[in-house]
Amino acid sequence: MIRFTHVFKEFPRTGVALQDVSFHVAKGEFVFLTGPSGAGKSTILKLVFLEERPTTGEVKVSGVSSVTIRGRDVPKLRRKMGVVFQDFRLLEDRTVEANIAFALEVTGATPAAIGPKVSRLLGQVGLASKATALPRELSGGEQQRVAIARALANDPVLLIADEPTGNLDDRATRGVFQLLREINASGTAVIMATHDLELIRRAECRTIEMNHGAIVFDSAEQTGPSNGTEQL
Amino acid sequence: MRLAWREAFLAFKRAPVLSVLSVTTIAFSLFAFGLFGLVALNIRTQLSQLEERVEIRAFVVDGTNAEATSAALGDIAAFPEVLTVKLVSPAEALVRARKELGEFSDVFEAGILPASIDVRLKEGHRDPMTVKTVADRIKNYEFVDDVRYGEEWVQKLYRIRTIATLAGAVLGLTFAGVAIIIIGSTIRMAVLARAREIAIMRVVGATDGFIRAPFLIEGVLKGTLGGLLALLLTWLANSLMGKLVFTAQFFDAKYAVLGVIAGALIGLIGSAFSVGRHLRDV
Repeated sequence: MIRFTHVFKEFPRTGVALQDVSFHVAKGEFVFLTGPSGAGKSTILKLVFLEERPTTGEVKVSGVSSVTIRGRDVPKLRRKMGVVFQDFRLLEDRTVEANIAFALEVTGATPAAIGPKVSRLLGQVGLASKATALPRELSGGEQQRVAIARALANDPVLLIADEPTGNLDDRATRGVFQLLREINASGTAVIMATHDLELIRRAECRTIEMNHGAIVFDSAEQTGPSNGTEQL
Repeated sequence: MRLAWREAFLAFKRAPVLSVLSVTTIAFSLFAFGLFGLVALNIRTQLSQLEERVEIRAFVVDGTNAEATSAALGDIAAFPEVLTVKLVSPAEALVRARKELGEFSDVFEAGILPASIDVRLKEGHRDPMTVKTVADRIKNYEFVDDVRYGEEWVQKLYRIRTIATLAGAVLGLTFAGVAIIIIGSTIRMAVLARAREIAIMRVVGATDGFIRAPFLIEGVLKGTLGGLLALLLTWLANSLMGKLVFTAQFFDAKYAVLGVIAGALIGLIGSAFSVGRHLRDV
């Protein structure tokens, strides 16, 4: 699903962000990415999402290489992924259902297909009764659920979550994490960056720890691939 | 595409003041251009009417036999530049001169004016160079005493026309440039205002073309509205001038449509230029 091969990333202003990072994530796997601020977690997610390209090395996502992919093909690849951010990134002037429908409209879904799909996604994240609410009328946990529903709109094979529980209280964190596990159980790989060590401890999933742009610990290398998932 | 149109229309709703401001600024730019265009159009019309009066007059030596002049008339009529050629007898020349001089008609006595061959040139052959060439050719006839064609006058006429056309082109391009910059600025503001939305569009896999489309449509709509408003303002100015000063010619339908299309094109160019530059920063 994701394969990093000797990836280095350097930004002109901030310098080296990643150095010689190699790992792979299998189809349907759930992986935590952890480490202190500035360790390189978000850079890894940006590389997976092809928002950035490696300075050297190669990132392969769903068989597509960062070295050979053409700019115009990036959107197509992104439709195979869903992304969730710490700050939700919802459109504040649109209702919950409009936020989710937006993701479908942007990728060319027909109006007839959008309504039922939005209802199904809202049901999946437990917000069927909040369809017409505006984001500001929801709690942080609910807003993150809307963001997750939006990320699932195009039936992604991979869900990227960048500190999705960073702004949430314990109860909401548990709820959102439970939702991510359910999504993972249905076959979608999840790569989640988090500082929440308690959450990582409880979840017992594969964990990659970063520091100063390098991988300092990968639980898969200690115990083998987690959950017996298929490796690419 | 439905979403792109909806987003383009929503842009007007989201920032009504900015939208009205940009449409009116474009309208005033095009209005100024329109006014100048109107002046240029009327100058050109007047010039073409004056041009029709461009005439070569070759004075014939007294006593020239009729056969020679009629043969020459045939030759001259066959020149590709020549529209009409006419022999004016001394008596006809006197009648004409008296008519032109009005109250001073008695200054000429009979027999004072020579016969002449009057030549009019076809449209497109009334430029100073061609007029001179034809005049020189006619001067070669032995019986031609002198040739007059208002050399200075013809040259002045053409200079005015050239200046009018050049000034029109320069001012037109300047105003178009200003309008492009204005549209570009408004689109830049629209791009920045929608930065969050654009980021989300990218995240969910929207293509660049899809992201650009609403901004391009917005630019075209603003340009078209600006063009229509400018047309209305120009028409009002023309009507007002017609009532207060003199009746001037207004653009025909073809030019009016072209003006609005020019507005739309300016809008498209301005927005395409701006959206291409600023999407990278979002």
